[in-house]
Amino acid sequence: MLRYVAIRLASAVVMALLASLVIFLISNFVPGDPVLAQLGDILASDPTVVAQWRAKWGLDLPLWDRYWIFLSGLLHGDLGVSIATRRPVLEDIAQYAPATIELATVSFLLALVVGIPLGVAAAVWRDSIVDAVARAVSLLGVSAPTFWLAFIFLAIFYGWLGWAPGPGRLDPIAFPPEGSTGFFLWDSARQGDWETFHDALAHLALPAIVLAAATLGLITRTTRAAMLECLHQDYVRVARAKGLKERAVVLHHALRNALVPVVTLGGLAYANLLTGAVMTETIFAWPGLGRYTFRSAAALDFPAIMGITLVVSATYLLVNLVVDLSYALLDPRVRR
Amino acid sequence: MSATAALPESRLRRRIRRYGLAWAGGGIVLGWILVAVFAPWIAPFPPDAQDIANRLAPPSAAHWLGTDILGRDVLSRLIYGSRVSLLAGFSVVILGAAFGTAVGILAAWLRGWGEEALMRFTDLVLCFPPIILALALAAALGIGTTNTIIAMLVVWWPKFARLARSLAIVQRSQEYVEAATVAGLPQKRILWRHVLPNTFGPIAVLCTLDLGIAILTFAGLSFLGLGVVPPTPEWGSMIAEGRELVEQWWVATFPGIAILSVVVGFNFLGDGLRDWLDPKARSR
Amino acid sequence: MSDAVLDVRGLVTVFHTDAGPVRAVDGVSFSVGKGETLGIVGESGSGKSVTAQSLMRLLDPPARIEGGEVLFEGRDVLTMSPRELTAWRGANAAMVFQDSLTGLNPVLRILRQVTEHVVAHGRMDARDARRHGIELLRRMGVASPERAAASYPHQFSGGMRQRVMIAMGMANDPTLLLADEPTTALDVTIQAQILDLLAGLNEKFGTAIVLISHDLGVIGTICKRIVVMYAGEVVEEGPTTDVLSDPRHPYAWALANAVPRLDAPIADRLPGIEGAPPDPLAMPQGCRFAPRCPWRIDRCGTERPPLAEVAPGRLARCWVTADGRSLPPRTVPAHAKPPESSTTEPLLVARDLVKHFPLPKKSFFGAREVVHAVNGVSLHVMPGERLGIVGESGCGKSTLARLVTRLHTPDAGHIRFDGQDIATLGGEELRQLRPRLQMVFQDPYASLNPRMRIGDILAEPLLVHGRARTAAEAGERVGALLDMVGLNPSWAARFPHEFSGGQRQRISIARALGLEPALIVADEPVSALDVNVQAQVLNLMLDLRERMGLAYMFIAHDLAVVRAFCDRVAVMYLGRIVEEAPARDLFAQPAHPYTVSLLSAVPEPGRQRVVLGGEPPSTLRLPQGCAFRARCPVAEPVCAEPPPLTEIAPGHRVLCHAPGSLKGMP
Repeated sequence: MLRYVAIRLASAVVMALLASLVIFLISNFVPGDPVLAQLGDILASDPTVVAQWRAKWGLDLPLWDRYWIFLSGLLHGDLGVSIATRRPVLEDIAQYAPATIELATVSFLLALVVGIPLGVAAAVWRDSIVDAVARAVSLLGVSAPTFWLAFIFLAIFYGWLGWAPGPGRLDPIAFPPEGSTGFFLWDSARQGDWETFHDALAHLALPAIVLAAATLGLITRTTRAAMLECLHQDYVRVARAKGLKERAVVLHHALRNALVPVVTLGGLAYANLLTGAVMTETIFAWPGLGRYTFRSAAALDFPAIMGITLVVSATYLLVNLVVDLSYALLDPRVRR
Repeated sequence: MSATAALPESRLRRRIRRYGLAWAGGGIVLGWILVAVFAPWIAPFPPDAQDIANRLAPPSAAHWLGTDILGRDVLSRLIYGSRVSLLAGFSVVILGAAFGTAVGILAAWLRGWGEEALMRFTDLVLCFPPIILALALAAALGIGTTNTIIAMLVVWWPKFARLARSLAIVQRSQEYVEAATVAGLPQKRILWRHVLPNTFGPIAVLCTLDLGIAILTFAGLSFLGLGVVPPTPEWGSMIAEGRELVEQWWVATFPGIAILSVVVGFNFLGDGLRDWLDPKARSR
Repeated sequence: MSDAVLDVRGLVTVFHTDAGPVRAVDGVSFSVGKGETLGIVGESGSGKSVTAQSLMRLLDPPARIEGGEVLFEGRDVLTMSPRELTAWRGANAAMVFQDSLTGLNPVLRILRQVTEHVVAHGRMDARDARRHGIELLRRMGVASPERAAASYPHQFSGGMRQRVMIAMGMANDPTLLLADEPTTALDVTIQAQILDLLAGLNEKFGTAIVLISHDLGVIGTICKRIVVMYAGEVVEEGPTTDVLSDPRHPYAWALANAVPRLDAPIADRLPGIEGAPPDPLAMPQGCRFAPRCPWRIDRCGTERPPLAEVAPGRLARCWVTADGRSLPPRTVPAHAKPPESSTTEPLLVARDLVKHFPLPKKSFFGAREVVHAVNGVSLHVMPGERLGIVGESGCGKSTLARLVTRLHTPDAGHIRFDGQDIATLGGEELRQLRPRLQMVFQDPYASLNPRMRIGDILAEPLLVHGRARTAAEAGERVGALLDMVGLNPSWAARFPHEFSGGQRQRISIARALGLEPALIVADEPVSALDVNVQAQVLNLMLDLRERMGLAYMFIAHDLAVVRAFCDRVAVMYLGRIVEEAPARDLFAQPAHPYTVSLLSAVPEPGRQRVVLGGEPPSTLRLPQGCAFRARCPVAEPVCAEPPPLTEIAPGHRVLCHAPGSLKGMP
């Protein structure tokens, strides 16, 4: 098992290096003037800034040396300076990340807690009402555009029914909770500041549900398909022949096996939540990475976009690593 | 056991249960294709005809789906918008599938280090989150339908490469391929006449399911302002234009329903195609 | 029978398919007494497995039990409530399935799987169950049971997994054990071990056993009584010895006689009955076997015969034997002489062939593991000769077939075919030579391209090699080929899935014949077929040989089939030929201990056996010295040295330090 972990870890590092190379190449082969793209037209009109920038990145050096400079900058946390905010990209990301991670994690848990039981129930009672509901939910979840769903939810539950608070993480006049993590739920709960906790939770509910929709659909669908597959396996028949109760057959024999593909998908889905966050946060005015991405894209803030791509890719790799490891925990055949 | 237990359903009902949704999906998709092709004849107004006096008008007999912030007819823009969406979806999936399949089958056929190199390259592209990479590329290439399609293509082909390779590997060890070799057929003929046709089914299924996802992704990129140059009508950018108009819900709601219907249509069609191609699922 | 453990009366199970309802089990009745052993035999599709699953109520929709009673010690299983059913299953009646790989849950430890129902049925607490489970594994002959208990199924061989399955079935000491093809996936030497285990359970614990198999030999070694099924019905029931020696239903007759047996005189033809089982959607109105029956009378076509007593304790469903008469004994056709070849030059000579397959690396740093498939094989085939290659799975026989036909390139060694060295030949030269050297494959479902019409499959090689210049000419040849293998020429426009397994194998043979080969390498051509179809295909291959002067290299795991088909036989073990002799000599006087054990492991009723312990060693590491040493009952220290190849009689060569030291049982 330890060996397996070491091997996975090593290959993730190799992949990360290659990914950084790809991003470096993309930012170097931007059509048009890289200086303009990296600095934006306001800064690029100042010759001293341009000269400084050229010297820093060694634009006259061969490609390989420039990659080296880029990489060592990366390792020191230098992702460049955002054109729009004029701040180091890493600082921006560090500021916005907690909001997104909080949102994505709550969505993910929501999708798992609802999706897996729904998928299991749909497979066990195939062609029943539950199955019909599960199939409808998963179909709508994967088919509805997240940004549209966000709009509809906001229009109905905030605009029309008034059940949900408006956009943002907190009431506009409220102060963020004390605490250093930036995860409002966590910080306020630790401080015992339940008023803020409730406020944060209420604001989180709608965006979390919207963001969870696609993941929920995917997880329900995969769980259902995997369970149907497993319920037809010989070992399930064997378990029934042993006289186990149906509940034990489904939960201990079929589900254990069906979870293997669900875990793979779950990892991918978590990483994709970061993508979905771009749409959701934009509409809910959620001050997270997603909205930052949207703004950077809209402003063509190239250093910010590249920084985000790097950070998200790294997260992606990390999640894949975790998936591989939990895979090995679930399926003894993978372990060697 | 009593013989009066619930009677098994009739053959017709079973067939409807199995393929009814697929037919419905096919109908939706075909409908949208017709709408896209005949847009100029169907749309009641030109897509960019502004009527500022009549802006943000709710649905009415004149404007079935209302008007937007510039007083343009939402229905007409919706109808014209199907052109960009379908075009983007089809070109991304068809080109991506063609390139990916070629890479995958080539890898399976080369074996050795050639296979290794091609597949590691595929893995590398797969290790990026697709929308973010597409976003970065689209930002680098500049706004515009073609550039967005190119950016999507870059992230789209790897899954086809993986699928095609695994299919080709399964096929190449099948006994009928060995039989063709023993019969002294030339390798090229075996590849084209025996291996390729047998990988076609699953790839077609993936293509169909993927068309929905591609349309969804393209709309997402447009929503972020990368897909089309205004004032070209496009569903994603129409939602972006209406995203703050909670009171004037029709501006953003209808384009969303359009996207939803196309994606659902392709999903039904793809699922039906898969069931039809998979004899195991068919017998169940 | 009042003391019956199981009494099945008029069981009906229907599959509601798209095409219509199929009565897979149609009025089956039989009973099993306390401690009795009953065998159910039939071809695939006869309804025997569905019967077994119906007894345990394990079937899923679209299958439904629609009639009859299953009385277990007087209680009807079919009317039990779900709660009663779970309490009964696994406690009073248990089932062992065919495929132990899919039958064991891959992600749960063995101990859990063996004991969970002991705990669930409230027999023991977890700690006692653990001890009980390990004891059970030990009793079932699982090596180092403590370690095995903590392992996962994929870490076991097929034989060991089947022992685990049986341990699972026996965990609550049931009154009845249903075993559905428990040895079909296993090699003969392992099969013999499992059959002994089952027989022992019956003797020691008095467990009643219902054994379901397509193999009469397997049933005969265990069961005192036998039920023969055909097309969803019981067609004959009686004591095993009586049914085998004097079958009273024509189908039972065909089953008993179509199987090649080691103790029968060597004959060239097997009496198979032509035709195929009836379409389950359109059952014949009268006797279901009538369309194929050589003895049918008028009444058979119109009136369905009842299952009636034809002799004391014997039931048969047949109008012909209803009055108590026997069916005619099997006639042994004259032994056809092989066409004497005028040349003494061998058609094919292989020298010291070696083939190793490197496995994909498990990691960047790990050493590459290598499968030693073929480790120095030399053989020859004379024109018109039938050489048989026998061995258990993993012995390298299929790889050998693919080396000889140059689907694989040997790592070392030479192959001369028709006077030409082909071991390293490639490209166009090899392609030009291929028509003379054809192959028939094992799996009739995988060896035909599912997307091509039969006519195109057969015509393609003809056109590519210029044997036919136009499509019309090729079409004519295809018609002739189909006719030659006993298929209707008008079927050329059909797709492979429209044919049965036996018909597909005929198509494969036709494809090979079309190029007029001198040698056909047949890799287990009949192992996927039912016995009757097997006999038909073997007879066809013999006919073709006589008509076209073909030579065969016939690969099989079934010794009796090889004995019935081949002039000369080579036995393989771990990538080497350990014994080679004319068929007559090899079966009369086997000299290598492995051949002796292999022969004696073949299940045939009334034969005593040397049961070989252990399992074939891994092909990943070749043992030093004699490869069979670890399992050999008569191994000596000298066997650590590589054994010499000794010719003990003309053409009879043995790779052993002490040939003939292990004697078979009489």
